Amino acid sequence: MSAVATPARQASSGISSKTLNRVVIYGLLALFALFYLMPLFVMLVTSFKTMDEIQNGNMLSLPHAPTFAPWIKAWSEVCSGLTCVGMKGYFWNSIKMVVPAVLISTLLGALNGYVLTKWRFRGHTLVFAMMLFACFIPFQSVLLPMATILGSLGRFGVTLQNATGFNFGLGNSTVNLVFVHVVYGLGFTTLFFRNYYEAFPTELIKAAQVDGASFFQIFRRIMLPNSLPIIVVTVIYQFTNIWNDFLFASAYAGSGDVMPMTVALNNVVNTSTGVVEYNVNMAAAMIAALPTLIVYIVAGRYFVRGLMAGAVKG
Amino acid sequence: MAFLEIDGLKKRFGNVEILKGIDVELEKGGFLVLVGPSGCGKSTLLNTIAGLEQITEGEIRVDGRAINDLHPSKRDIAMVFQSYALYPNMTVAGNISFGMEMRGVPADERQKAIDKVAKVLQIGHLLQRKPSQLSGGQRQRVAMGRALVRDPKLFLFDEPLSNLDAKLRVDMRIEIKRLHATTGTTIVYVTHDQIEAMTLATKIAVMRDGEVQQFGTPAEIYNNPTNLFVADFMGSPAMNLIPATIATSGNALSVVLQREQREPITLPMANAPAGLSEFQGKPIIFGVRPEALTDPEGAERNASNIATADLHIEVVEPAGSDTFAVTNLGGKPVVARLRADANIQPGTRTPLAFNLTKAVFFDPTTENRIR
Repeated sequence: MSAVATPARQASSGISSKTLNRVVIYGLLALFALFYLMPLFVMLVTSFKTMDEIQNGNMLSLPHAPTFAPWIKAWSEVCSGLTCVGMKGYFWNSIKMVVPAVLISTLLGALNGYVLTKWRFRGHTLVFAMMLFACFIPFQSVLLPMATILGSLGRFGVTLQNATGFNFGLGNSTVNLVFVHVVYGLGFTTLFFRNYYEAFPTELIKAAQVDGASFFQIFRRIMLPNSLPIIVVTVIYQFTNIWNDFLFASAYAGSGDVMPMTVALNNVVNTSTGVVEYNVNMAAAMIAALPTLIVYIVAGRYFVRGLMAGAVKG
Repeated sequence: MAFLEIDGLKKRFGNVEILKGIDVELEKGGFLVLVGPSGCGKSTLLNTIAGLEQITEGEIRVDGRAINDLHPSKRDIAMVFQSYALYPNMTVAGNISFGMEMRGVPADERQKAIDKVAKVLQIGHLLQRKPSQLSGGQRQRVAMGRALVRDPKLFLFDEPLSNLDAKLRVDMRIEIKRLHATTGTTIVYVTHDQIEAMTLATKIAVMRDGEVQQFGTPAEIYNNPTNLFVADFMGSPAMNLIPATIATSGNALSVVLQREQREPITLPMANAPAGLSEFQGKPIIFGVRPEALTDPEGAERNASNIATADLHIEVVEPAGSDTFAVTNLGGKPVVARLRADANIQPGTRTPLAFNLTKAVFFDPTTENRIR
């Protein structure tokens, strides 16, 4: 458009500098993309190669004879320490930990956000500030106190077991990890939901009150159905964090058949029985990374939208 | 006994008194408009009637029953919000029936009620849409439908037209008036727009700083404002409030208005209010509405007290239906309302007629009306 209005010479020089800018920008972007995607590519191709090909071939070349054997071995036979039963058990351990932890922390975060914005009480800013503070506490500093708490819960579980014949999951490593991740995630999920609900029209809550909806009916029928973007953001964030967590997992469930995926993967890679099977290690790592990848691919669009939410009135 | 009675209502937030003792009554089928500038407490008052805000003192009764301690849903009220507050995740039908659903009304009865309301408001074709797919006027109708379907004792409207464009606002205003006439419901309506207040109300409460300044019919408020604030707030263009003095000529009182660079105008009063005699030689505020200051031919024929004076016209504003002429008296611009075809030029001196029967006087120190 501007080319029409400006003299020809100016216009042509404008276009060439514009093109140059584009080339530089896209060139840099391509370079960074390559830099980030290269390890993933190497992992992926290596996991489909045979050991011969890895030892004699180029790291970047595509597999000559693609094989699923490393994947199968990683899933059901690979040794983690002395037990050689594959990753599948640990994979399910992680799933059993991550699903309840994500659901509970997201739901509680939504409830907190709802109360902190729409049912304000004296001192609500202080409560929110304290919950925010939870986001800044370094993981390492809570390792020991948390271990003490989990130990007490475990002893309480034993007492319950003796008294009622059922320990309500207390003392179970997976339950412990769910507990730790819910507590730790609450600060973040509350922050997300509070900021989202801050912009949520209060008149809707008033209208629902006049319509006779109760506290939880408003939450379930009005707030939650209108929170999809922020729910997706929170779920992705929590899922990635909890799935990838190594510190808590190794501290509270670091051995035996209760290990989550991350700890097991570390053990697999560190297990030295003769030759290092790079292809199996890579396949195991891919298996460990797949769930977060899938979550991003499925819900990534909403993630970006959710981060933008509030900028535009919906 | 009135249908809605608000008795000595006070509302405090901490030490700040938002509502300072409100007493208002409304008959069954009446249309009460709470009007005032922003921050005057009118919306807070409406919210206390709805039960969305707790009151500190006083009592609210509907149909003889005190409702101030009841939950909003138990008060038998319905409310239309400024932003319409339609639930974005529900269809129009879902929005209208949500309240009934919460009260456990069976599905087939809900459907019947939805159909009935949709017919009244002509929104039948919109029932399956989401609020985001509706225009402003349609959202407004749905919001009214959600209120109508409850068939409540009392309707509360919180500035329902302020989000609409000017033309649609006039249409919806007529719509609301028609709805009120046909359904005979009792309505409390909050607005800052004094034209909405005048056109819709059977009773107006003009509010300022948490107090009711005047409570009465639109005609009372317009013609007999009790103080300077009400006189200034109600009416568009606003009433001319001119600093003046009172003089005696013979045994009659007259109003003296200062003009720039010319001798003052003296308007003889035929039947001045009794209180005015105490203000002889003292400053007062002389209030005259633009339509009571007009060209001599356009003046009311049967008004008993008309005084004519030559005035210097500064600006002429032809508005189509009328022509407004601006002059200067007592150091303030004064607007006169003339016939549309009045032959008047800016910069000239033109005789204008003051209809003193319609004039009002205020004490400049207390700002109260001199009667």
